[in-house]
Amino acid sequence: MSYTMWILLTAALVGINCGLIGTFLVLRKMSMLSDAISHSVLLGIVGAYMVSHQLQGVSMLIGALLVGLLTTFLVQLLHQKGVQSDAAIGVVFTCLFAIGVVLISLFADRVHLDVEHALMGEIAFVPWDVLEVGGKSIGPKAVWLLGFVLAINIFVIVFAYKELKISSFDSEMAVTLGIPVVFIHYVLMGMLSLTTVASFDSVGAILVVAMLIVPSATAYLWTDRLSVMLICSAMIGVLASMIGYMGATAFNVSISGAIAVATGVIFFVSLWIAPKHGLLRKWLKKSPA
Amino acid sequence: MAHAALPGICIAFLLYGQKSLLVFLIGAACSGYIATVCIQFIVKHTRIKEDAAIGIVLSVFFGLGIVLLTWINQHEGGNQSGINDFLFGKAASLTGSDVNVLTVTAITMIITILIFFKEFKIITFDRAFAQGIGVPVSLLNGVLMFLIVSVVVIGLQAVGVVLMSALFITPALAARYWTEKLEWMTLLAGVFGALSGVAGAYMSLIAYVPTGPLVIIFATMLFLFSFLFAPKRGLCNKMIRRHIERKKLRSKQLMYKRGEQL
Repeated sequence: MSYTMWILLTAALVGINCGLIGTFLVLRKMSMLSDAISHSVLLGIVGAYMVSHQLQGVSMLIGALLVGLLTTFLVQLLHQKGVQSDAAIGVVFTCLFAIGVVLISLFADRVHLDVEHALMGEIAFVPWDVLEVGGKSIGPKAVWLLGFVLAINIFVIVFAYKELKISSFDSEMAVTLGIPVVFIHYVLMGMLSLTTVASFDSVGAILVVAMLIVPSATAYLWTDRLSVMLICSAMIGVLASMIGYMGATAFNVSISGAIAVATGVIFFVSLWIAPKHGLLRKWLKKSPA
Repeated sequence: MAHAALPGICIAFLLYGQKSLLVFLIGAACSGYIATVCIQFIVKHTRIKEDAAIGIVLSVFFGLGIVLLTWINQHEGGNQSGINDFLFGKAASLTGSDVNVLTVTAITMIITILIFFKEFKIITFDRAFAQGIGVPVSLLNGVLMFLIVSVVVIGLQAVGVVLMSALFITPALAARYWTEKLEWMTLLAGVFGALSGVAGAYMSLIAYVPTGPLVIIFATMLFLFSFLFAPKRGLCNKMIRRHIERKKLRSKQLMYKRGEQL
């Protein structure tokens, strides 16, 4: 496959992963947590590096998973003790992020990971960092990582679809039905951390947030069914990454930034033309002429 | 807010052509204002909730900012490192004139808050009441918003986009634990912010670590300390009080039992 194809594939995988997880975040009104986790995951990556001395694959995933769950736990703890939830999120993630940055700068001479890279990502370098099995290259590492996380995400969503659905829409009913709501919350946050860290290296923290929230919110305008919304938001994610990549190459600007803008454009268009909840439709209804 | 200011700063730079704090301030204020309007529009006219609306607008604005930033870096030559600093901040490379600007801002901030203190207090706690007694709520909101944007733009250079929000939230949250009065809370938040700034800068001199993150870590430590040990609202004191109450209750129960037996 060519250079362009690999980049498009990476971006599309990010789009699908984020679209799936983002749907649940938007429905559960937890969008701000994605912002938090996308930043604090940095600490997980640094920590994983300090333990295992490598920046790829499983150790990074485990580190991010642990820090993601730690973030969730701390936010919940502070919230329980009477701190407002948005303020709790703000305190926890900025602190963890700051620790991450300090650690990076302390070990900067040895770690190939700078803050700029983490924030903006370098999807353009993805195709050169290939995974080799028996001396043969079988595609970029980022693609395998994202594919692996996608498999986990799809597996969990299919396996626990009913539980996720009920606890997202009506957590009190879920509790009475005996669904372990808190456990599901942590599972979801774990998936979010995995998705974030897998997307992180190629697209950066900002784009992760854009990809998580915007396509899902757009899908939310188009449909009322969870299953349709999941598929829709994954597709919008893919579409945005295609448009964004083309725009970025046309104007020679940052790919991840352009993809974020593309999600915004799609959202803006949907805002008007979406069949049920679009503004045009609403206004037409209001003024029958 | 800090994220939404970025495209405004970039556009201001593109239009004006050089690094100038005042122009950046105007640009940031404009794009910050547009972002706020967008968020309110989305929340009002669609079924998307506020948190998602904020996430959408901020991440898209920031993406746009990054796009513009890379565009500027490619089209305007290599002397734009100043604008790159807005992303991550470099407290150590601030020049004397920057410090002057920061001082002036701080003084303006204090004076404005002193002048409008009563009004701010009323609109913060009870907006409907404020409107009822004829306080110009939307104007004051605008003033508050302008103060926030100016602090963001000026602070960005020192600590960078990401850590800006921490400096807004953490000291104020820490101050909340020590007092019930807005006067004291404002003052304490300012003192906490200053303390963590000084401590962070000093540590970064000793340890050769970037200043911004250290400032945040100190602010968080102040918050944790307040969270645990503040009189009245702190976690430890709450637990001690609960323990004492429980003991009292138990001895009371014991006395009742004795009384019944007799």
